[in-house]
Amino acid sequence: MGDKSRNSMDNQINSKKLVDRLKQLSTKNSINKWDIGSSSSSDSNVQVDNGEPKQLKSSQRSVLTIRVWNDEGLVGTTSTSDITDSGLQRALMGAKEASNYGNINEIPEFSSMAKENIKEFNKPFYEMIGITKLLDKLLKAESKLLNSNDHIKSIPYNGLSETIFERTYANSDGAFRYQKGSQSSIYLYARAEQTGRKPRSSGSVKVGYGSDLLDIEGCINEAKKLTLSHLNYRPINTGKYLVCFTPKAFLELLGSFSNIFNARSIIDGLSLSNKNSIGTTISVNNLNIFDNGLHSENIGATPFDGEGTPTQNICLLKNGNINSFIHSELTARKFGAKPTGHAGLASKASVGLDWLIIENSDYTKCKQCSLNKDNYKDQFVLIESLSALHAGVKPSQGSFSLPFDGWLINEGEKVSVESATIAGDIRDILINIVKIESIQEITPQGICPHIWISDISITGGQ
Amino acid sequence: MITQVLKTDSLIPGLSYQDDIWRTTLDGLISRGISSGANFVEIFLERSDSLNILAEQSIITNVSPSLGLGAGIRVFRDKKDGFVSTNDLSESGLLKALINALSMLGLEINELSCNKFSGLGKLKDYGIEKNNWLKKTPSISDISNKLISANSKLEIHCNKEEVRRSSFSRSWQEVLISASDGTFVRDIRLHQTTGLNVLVSDKEHRASIGRRYGSSDKPNDLSEWDEEHAAQEISESSAKMLYADYVDAGQMPAILSNKFGGVIFHEACGHLLETTQIERGTTPFSNSLGKKIAHESLSAVDEGAWRDAFGTISVDDEGMEPENTLLIENGILRNFLSDRAGELRTGHKRTGSGRRQSYSFAAASRMRNTYIKAGNHKPSELIESIDQGIYCKSMGGGSVGPTGQFNFSVEEGYLIENGKLTKPVKGATLIGEAKEILPKISLCADDLDIAPGFCGSVSGAINVTVGQPHIKVDSITIGGR
Repeated sequence: MGDKSRNSMDNQINSKKLVDRLKQLSTKNSINKWDIGSSSSSDSNVQVDNGEPKQLKSSQRSVLTIRVWNDEGLVGTTSTSDITDSGLQRALMGAKEASNYGNINEIPEFSSMAKENIKEFNKPFYEMIGITKLLDKLLKAESKLLNSNDHIKSIPYNGLSETIFERTYANSDGAFRYQKGSQSSIYLYARAEQTGRKPRSSGSVKVGYGSDLLDIEGCINEAKKLTLSHLNYRPINTGKYLVCFTPKAFLELLGSFSNIFNARSIIDGLSLSNKNSIGTTISVNNLNIFDNGLHSENIGATPFDGEGTPTQNICLLKNGNINSFIHSELTARKFGAKPTGHAGLASKASVGLDWLIIENSDYTKCKQCSLNKDNYKDQFVLIESLSALHAGVKPSQGSFSLPFDGWLINEGEKVSVESATIAGDIRDILINIVKIESIQEITPQGICPHIWISDISITGGQ
Repeated sequence: MITQVLKTDSLIPGLSYQDDIWRTTLDGLISRGISSGANFVEIFLERSDSLNILAEQSIITNVSPSLGLGAGIRVFRDKKDGFVSTNDLSESGLLKALINALSMLGLEINELSCNKFSGLGKLKDYGIEKNNWLKKTPSISDISNKLISANSKLEIHCNKEEVRRSSFSRSWQEVLISASDGTFVRDIRLHQTTGLNVLVSDKEHRASIGRRYGSSDKPNDLSEWDEEHAAQEISESSAKMLYADYVDAGQMPAILSNKFGGVIFHEACGHLLETTQIERGTTPFSNSLGKKIAHESLSAVDEGAWRDAFGTISVDDEGMEPENTLLIENGILRNFLSDRAGELRTGHKRTGSGRRQSYSFAAASRMRNTYIKAGNHKPSELIESIDQGIYCKSMGGGSVGPTGQFNFSVEEGYLIENGKLTKPVKGATLIGEAKEILPKISLCADDLDIAPGFCGSVSGAINVTVGQPHIKVDSITIGGR
């Protein structure tokens, strides 16, 4: 098989040429103040089905967002995937027209930190290995997982992908940021069957800087172990349970309520916090939460945000008290704070978390220090993962009602839970934490230990 | 990549796809693909112009235009396919993408094959009557005024409002679809949606209610939107839900309202009737054609062209006119939804259901306007038939898992006690398995209506319509506290 799907990466010089071209076009169009964010990528991904290629995909894409300030100082943006000369001209004109409707009450400025030096940011870069090798790796992985146990009948959801990308931020004040990176990921979701019983499914995801670095064996083993662990399922009685969240599940839940720490949401009235919530106690007093996009284990780390502000390690919650919010340039100015490197690029810039790190700040303060997922003898529910977060979470109200995968564990017996939901309020969850285990696990979403919470409502089929 | 900006555009992408220059180029590319040994080559070109506007409280807070341009090239060799997408529409860029797609299937561009391409057919132009649609859509100024008006109506009607938000989204798309079976089709698509949301609060009580309205191929849709009525409806719902108690969990009968209540059928059954699910082996209905899978009172269709409904299309993304597909007739499974790859791999005939979000996705079998047909009962009869249960007046989103289990949230619910609606309840999630729930849909009312929505799946997020009359589910698991 040929291997022409492999792509080479353009370099920083081309990004600078793009910026030079925009300078010329903006001058020609009497636009004196502007900034841009651009990204371009080459991706390849493969899916397989029972020893055969199922879908082979490759893409090359570029997206550019232009933000301009008009003569009245109002701001407009336009994004485009057409970066030919004519496309850039249309985008500039679109942004200029949009600026006529800019919000006079919220005028963004360039980030005061857009030209600050960025601390050392050395991430490995790996060229793409190409479709042929990706396919070979995934076919072998599928075969190994299929042959690992008789109950595993198919791997209906699988994929191996790799991407190389560039990101740029620049503004008319001379700021210029550039990042080049690579990433690869594999996912295997197996389907196991038993005669007379419903099929069960689970899986695993692994990410890395390059396809040759992926922990494919780990992915196969985890997918097998989790899928088989759901075979002997039973309905669970509806009621209140002592629950242990896996790191993945707790990060999924907390991430859905990131508005607690989001200054943009606070200004918009959509947060559970308000401007004066710094110092407020919202959880047990031994919980620390950081957002550190630069963490060495964060494969998707970026050194700067959409406004060119350097990415930082922000302590969001310290000993249960809100310590800091995450900001764009505008929200930081309104709060009398500094931008934190969490913004997108828009006339109304979004603000979002990077990579959460959750830790126990004081092991002596656990309400039930003896709890341990590996040797706790009484009954509890171990939540593996949550589903349908887009539908079952009400971020502005704090409530959630979500389907989950997990197990009912009692005196060491571990039984998969059939079709059930967990419901509650994030504020109650944080206050009712009874144990934060000591061992932190690395997940694609962040770092977190197992976390125990008492008295959570679970609805089952009984 | 970024170097594109420095190239001379050999094909001027900003030009309309009506220009003859595209026929020559596409003809040449497809011919090269076929002569290299491919069984089938498809090239999908797209130009898009989108606009999103947000109004919060009494002002416009965001205006975001967005322009798109790209091509998706799909090549089949027997039942295998390779797909490449690119923003580079220069002749060399498209050729590079074709070479890339061929190489995925082990084909070289210079190979000689006996496969022959007899040229593109006559252009079937579904867009010719639609060329002025983009110009006929409302201006930013008109949209802004309408959204601010809607927010002011909310302010009038809502007592405890804290946040008022209205939004407008316009998606204009011009596509040119060409393929080695001679398909040569142009279309223009226009989708517009308006959303209205309110967050109300009183001390520790909070509730948020939203509604979305939408149409396809109707440039003047916004001017017909009755924001007064919408604001009134949302205000009434939010007032009831503000002090609602959390629902008690358990198994109980449920009445699902018409319009967006149809999301249950979309999630619990519709997705499982797409041939992509047969290909994956993730539908329990693979071998159920002609067999009873639902209660005999249930008939359902997926219709490609329901007036100006949000999921309506003139032609699918593979160049086929959409069919009106009968899915279930009196409980018997009659048809699956199929695209080109689905027909090739599962044998189910194409139904004009090949859809994709944009050029960067290969088309897949997807729903369009999907609904349960009306029955003979009055909605009140359904409610009166229940002693203890729940009425789901407004649904949130939902999803279906790899083994057919589905879930969706209830935005506005009421208890049914002794055949009457009583107090409002919140926090409910409906969960179940498709195979188990379909036989339990035992009564259908006579008030079929539809609602717009966005559906995310293998070929991206697409606009769809869900719909149904009021229906009764004999028993379903309600997740709550």
